[in-house]
Amino acid sequence: MNIKSILKQLTNEIGVSGDEFSVSGIAAELLTEYADDVQIDSFGNVTGVVMSSRSNSETLMLDAHIDQVGYIVTDIDEKGFVSVGSCGSPDLKMTLAQSVTIHGKEDINGVVSTLPPHVQKENGAPEIGDISIDIGMNKEQAEKIISQGDRVTINSCFKELYGDMVSAPAIDDRSGVCAILSALEMLKGKDTVYNLVISFSTQEETGERGAKQTSFRFQPDKCIAVDVSFGRTPDSAPKESAELGSGVMIGFSPALDKDMSESLRKLAKQKNIPFTVEVMPDSTGTNADAMSVSGKGVKCCTLSFPIRYMHTPIETVNLKDVENTAKLICEYVLGGAEND
Amino acid sequence: MIDKLKELCQLNGASGDEAKIREYIKSNISADKVIIDNLGNLLVFKKGKKTPKNKIMFAAHMDEVGFMITDISKEGFLSFGAVGGINPSVVIGRSLRLESGVYGVVGTKAIHQQSKEERKKMPSIEEMYLDIGASNSEEAEKYVSRGSYAYFDTDFFQFGNGFVKGKAIDDRVGCLIMMEMINGTPEYDAWYAFTVQEEIGARGAKAAAFTIAPDIAFVLETTTACDIAGVSGSKKVCELGKGAVVSYMDRGTVYDRGLYSLAFDTAKANNIAVQTKTLVAGGNDSGSIHVSRGGIRTCAISVPCRYLHSPSCVIKESDYFCVKELAEKMLSAAANI
Repeated sequence: MNIKSILKQLTNEIGVSGDEFSVSGIAAELLTEYADDVQIDSFGNVTGVVMSSRSNSETLMLDAHIDQVGYIVTDIDEKGFVSVGSCGSPDLKMTLAQSVTIHGKEDINGVVSTLPPHVQKENGAPEIGDISIDIGMNKEQAEKIISQGDRVTINSCFKELYGDMVSAPAIDDRSGVCAILSALEMLKGKDTVYNLVISFSTQEETGERGAKQTSFRFQPDKCIAVDVSFGRTPDSAPKESAELGSGVMIGFSPALDKDMSESLRKLAKQKNIPFTVEVMPDSTGTNADAMSVSGKGVKCCTLSFPIRYMHTPIETVNLKDVENTAKLICEYVLGGAEND
Repeated sequence: MIDKLKELCQLNGASGDEAKIREYIKSNISADKVIIDNLGNLLVFKKGKKTPKNKIMFAAHMDEVGFMITDISKEGFLSFGAVGGINPSVVIGRSLRLESGVYGVVGTKAIHQQSKEERKKMPSIEEMYLDIGASNSEEAEKYVSRGSYAYFDTDFFQFGNGFVKGKAIDDRVGCLIMMEMINGTPEYDAWYAFTVQEEIGARGAKAAAFTIAPDIAFVLETTTACDIAGVSGSKKVCELGKGAVVSYMDRGTVYDRGLYSLAFDTAKANNIAVQTKTLVAGGNDSGSIHVSRGGIRTCAISVPCRYLHSPSCVIKESDYFCVKELAEKMLSAAANI
């Protein structure tokens, strides 16, 4: 499996929180190659199972979310300018003069208005209420194509940067989906210790909602949430970020299962998989928070990798980190209970 | 027209790096005389059906706003400065393309890691860094060196009721009008100056005006329109869809009153939509041209443009045709005054 081309395919699809069906379709299609009983539920969550041949196997859920941050149409003014709200928490600093697509009855292009310097009061970041989209048509025409509740995304596409680095929108968390698919590829033909449930969940960015449904439905014993974390940039604090290319990040948090974290760390060391430890002294801000308290409770750990510029149209990741995450997932799935 | 404009806008040519634009224009016009001067201005003479009493010059600038790489850190990040006036808010969060063809992105630490104050503050261009994915300066230096250019990497499209979006519409739209005039059958002989370095102080036009030494000059430009949501009255400056913009004054020029009136009369006589600005703002090559030599009577005819100097300049097609038609009519109107 070519991680780069799968990630390109996944990030080219639009799926802002609550409106993920087009990306659900692609993710389901990709998953069908590796899992049985692939389904898309009414919320757009994609699930599939890989059964172990052993009896009494524990169920391990591998989860990554398929939604992305974006905007949602709240109003169309008399002149046809479109107001929006945030879906998830995109960085509003990066919106002005961007070309955007409004996903209405059909996709239409527009431009986020920006005031020229002569009428601008101060050069600060805009607030969400200040953002208006110029679509070059009047209200009456606009209402034939778009309506309140339509999603809006900033136009940006997959780009290859130096070496193994790529930049695209929705790397958060389509690259997590990619890591799980890649792990399943590595597991092909091998007998797993766990019964695996794959969950490509929706609405993470608006409150970890899709994962509540998938974890309730399958009631797994354990779960690994595969998501992105903070990559080092010149303006970020070293203790709050990891270098891109430094490998998989193993989560340690009071909200996570300590034994799972420890055994993943042990395993990464043993198998020579590059890793760092991600310490989250509160909850994790990932689907693991929701899944761990699902039903009778689920042992959870996070496996992440660092990306730069999270929640922007230019999220940037090192594909080697995605691959190393896949490797550790694969080893864990093969290792079974002796891990813990 | 749109296809040509797209080709012109997608070419990269910031001030001091106009070669690609110049080559494109040169190879797409049929003229009677072509001069490339020491600064890179492309000066074109085209014979018309008649020879006018006055020597007439049209001017439009080839350069666009862009970026120049100022430093490469040992971690492989690039610092850059703006070539021309660029608001930092239209730089952050997008990808730029280096001269070598390599892509980079401009971001900051994640929104989650920003303090309340940091979320509200727009970083300055000096604080920004371009990330090409290199992990050290040696890797970066394979693709970039200090002093090389970077450009907005953005789309070009038509939208709504005849609107067009792209980078560098300022002033490729003026260049295209002049190209179409040259390739048409002009009524009178005229000079056409495709100038360099407008964005850093209307510098190329100084040499161009000196060399051509016209009696009358027409600058074909784009000008700020702010007819957007939340802006009313005179702050709109001018409006898209209301035709060619003829200026009486901006920050670089007090325009020739006779030519200003002639432009309005000519537009009226030919049923061409025309408007003026409701604010003294902006400036263009006229600032250099009208004080050249012993003084040159100058008139600016502009396409109103939203979001100037951003990757998303927006114009309306109908305004383009108003400017083109008015420019053609003004050649005849000013030929023998």
